[in-house]
Amino acid sequence: MDYILEVKALKKVFPEFTAVHKIDFFVEEGGFFSILGPSGCGKTTLLRMIAGFEEETQGDIIINSKSMKNVPPEKRPVNIVFQSLALFPMMNVEKNVAFGLQRLKLSKDEINSRVNDMLKRVGLLGYEKKNISELSGGQKQRVALARSLVLKPSILLLDEPLSALDRKLREYMKVELKVLQKELGTTFIYITHDQSEALVMSDKIAVMNKGRFEQIDTPKNLYRNPKTAFVAGFVGENNPFDIQSYENNILTMKQGWSIVKKDLQIKPTKLFMRPEAFIINPSDDIENINRIEVTIKTVLFDGSNTKLAVNVNGTTDEIKVSLPQNAQFEDLCEGDAIILAVAYDDVKCYEE
Amino acid sequence: MKKNNLTLYLLLAPVLLWLILLIVLPHIDLFISSFKFENDEGIMVWSLNNYLAFFEDEIYWLTFLKTAFYSIAVTALAFAITFPVAFYLSKVVSLKYSGFMTLLLLIPIWVGELVTIYGWMILLSDNGVINHFLIYIGIIDTPINMLYTDFSMTIGLVYMSMLFMIIPVMSALDSLDDNLIEAASDLGASKWMIFKQIIIPYAMPGIASGSIIVFMLIIGDYVAPNILGGKSSLWFTEQIYNEFLATFNWNEGAAFGFMLLFLSSAIIWLALKLSGQKLERVGS
Repeated sequence: MDYILEVKALKKVFPEFTAVHKIDFFVEEGGFFSILGPSGCGKTTLLRMIAGFEEETQGDIIINSKSMKNVPPEKRPVNIVFQSLALFPMMNVEKNVAFGLQRLKLSKDEINSRVNDMLKRVGLLGYEKKNISELSGGQKQRVALARSLVLKPSILLLDEPLSALDRKLREYMKVELKVLQKELGTTFIYITHDQSEALVMSDKIAVMNKGRFEQIDTPKNLYRNPKTAFVAGFVGENNPFDIQSYENNILTMKQGWSIVKKDLQIKPTKLFMRPEAFIINPSDDIENINRIEVTIKTVLFDGSNTKLAVNVNGTTDEIKVSLPQNAQFEDLCEGDAIILAVAYDDVKCYEE
Repeated sequence: MKKNNLTLYLLLAPVLLWLILLIVLPHIDLFISSFKFENDEGIMVWSLNNYLAFFEDEIYWLTFLKTAFYSIAVTALAFAITFPVAFYLSKVVSLKYSGFMTLLLLIPIWVGELVTIYGWMILLSDNGVINHFLIYIGIIDTPINMLYTDFSMTIGLVYMSMLFMIIPVMSALDSLDDNLIEAASDLGASKWMIFKQIIIPYAMPGIASGSIIVFMLIIGDYVAPNILGGKSSLWFTEQIYNEFLATFNWNEGAAFGFMLLFLSSAIIWLALKLSGQKLERVGS
């Protein structure tokens, strides 16, 4: 397998704290690789080290089988799209996009044709002479992408570029970015704290927490089989509970209620159940499921994303439950007593 | 409503009185008298002679050319010297210290122009600090004549004007997003390219307003050219001074004053045109 980027035992220590603890990972050529983590987890520092703006304390970054030690940013085959976009305000769209090409000593015609091709690709043909201040948020986004992509970098680094856009536009740009990446075949490394951005766009996601990678996996695996409690809690919606004890295949919560989970090899302290893992009022003949008696606290109506917030009977523990898409349970209302069922397999336990 | 209007006028009164009595009226008076000329019979008549004298006697317009040239040179020097300092203070030094360091820059202003100039005289005179030092370490045998030359005048003018250049340039650079510099470097630009294509164009409004302030201050300055430049300095303001106070030809002096105002404004207009700046943007 060809890796376009290899990061080996990378570490970054600032005077006050360690931003990145020994991190190892590989990125395949042409992939869409996301680094997902809460703010302050060290993901931006990691990206800036790959771009060459921060020097690593230890470890190595290898791009196209070449070590990037002591290679300045302007000599690296990577380009970055900043969170602030950093478009040059004193130049128009065309000059922004042509800026990098002019350093390559290309002929005027070649620069023009490459700028035009790229503007066409991002749908900005006809905007060449516009000033940056005349563009909308989405258009600025595209200029920033075009400015980097026109140089045909081996890797494009994106530092939360969608965070400044409003929700509608962000949803739209998500799809567009993914399509653009597939069309061009450029390797994208995308940094975000928004799990939905990462899940929708990426081929692979690394979940980062406190300077370490918790799990590197495909979006589906990350969602279905989170390896750590942090991943389970951070990626997708989840119902977390603290575990008091685990004996004879029975998990007892802090508040006294309990469910069955067979053959755990660890000493579990945390338990997660996805909102969509529950069956409401199951028939009596289903086996290998936990049955939990609950009372509906509120119905959180949100169209296709409608949820119930329920209390486990006799406790204040709250569970969020997704309702099936058909209108089967539409007449459920506050105060109703129901039974929730969850398969043994859908109960995820972690030792912390 | 009426009461409000009265308050407004009362508040405006001092400033309006100041502007009209001390600035507008004297200017109008001088402007009128600059067109008055005493003819052979000793009668004041309307005439352009005062202005023609400026072009006819070459000492006048040569002095003006020299003044304009040195003012431009001093402005350029002040920019060249202060730009690295401005960049350092607004982009390199941490916010904690930059305020304090900017305050340090203000100290020469607290002392006042005259005292600073006497300070330079102590440094530059024949038996001054610099000559003493150069003789002491054996580079020269006899003192170099530095004081009362264009050299000492230029030093004094540059020193005085640096602060007026550094403040607007710093405030322009303050708003420069560090990411712009990083983005340019990421796109392959060398340090020199970043300086030329990103930093300078970005700071241009600040540079332009700093240059206008410095140029106007210098071209209209009297003290530094007169004291540090000595008899040979030939600064245009000295010609105006002479007309008013040496030959008591107020009409001629007024005409020269307005020539200075028009010509220096024209130079600024030309400079703004050439650098593609707009006065509204520079002023903001």
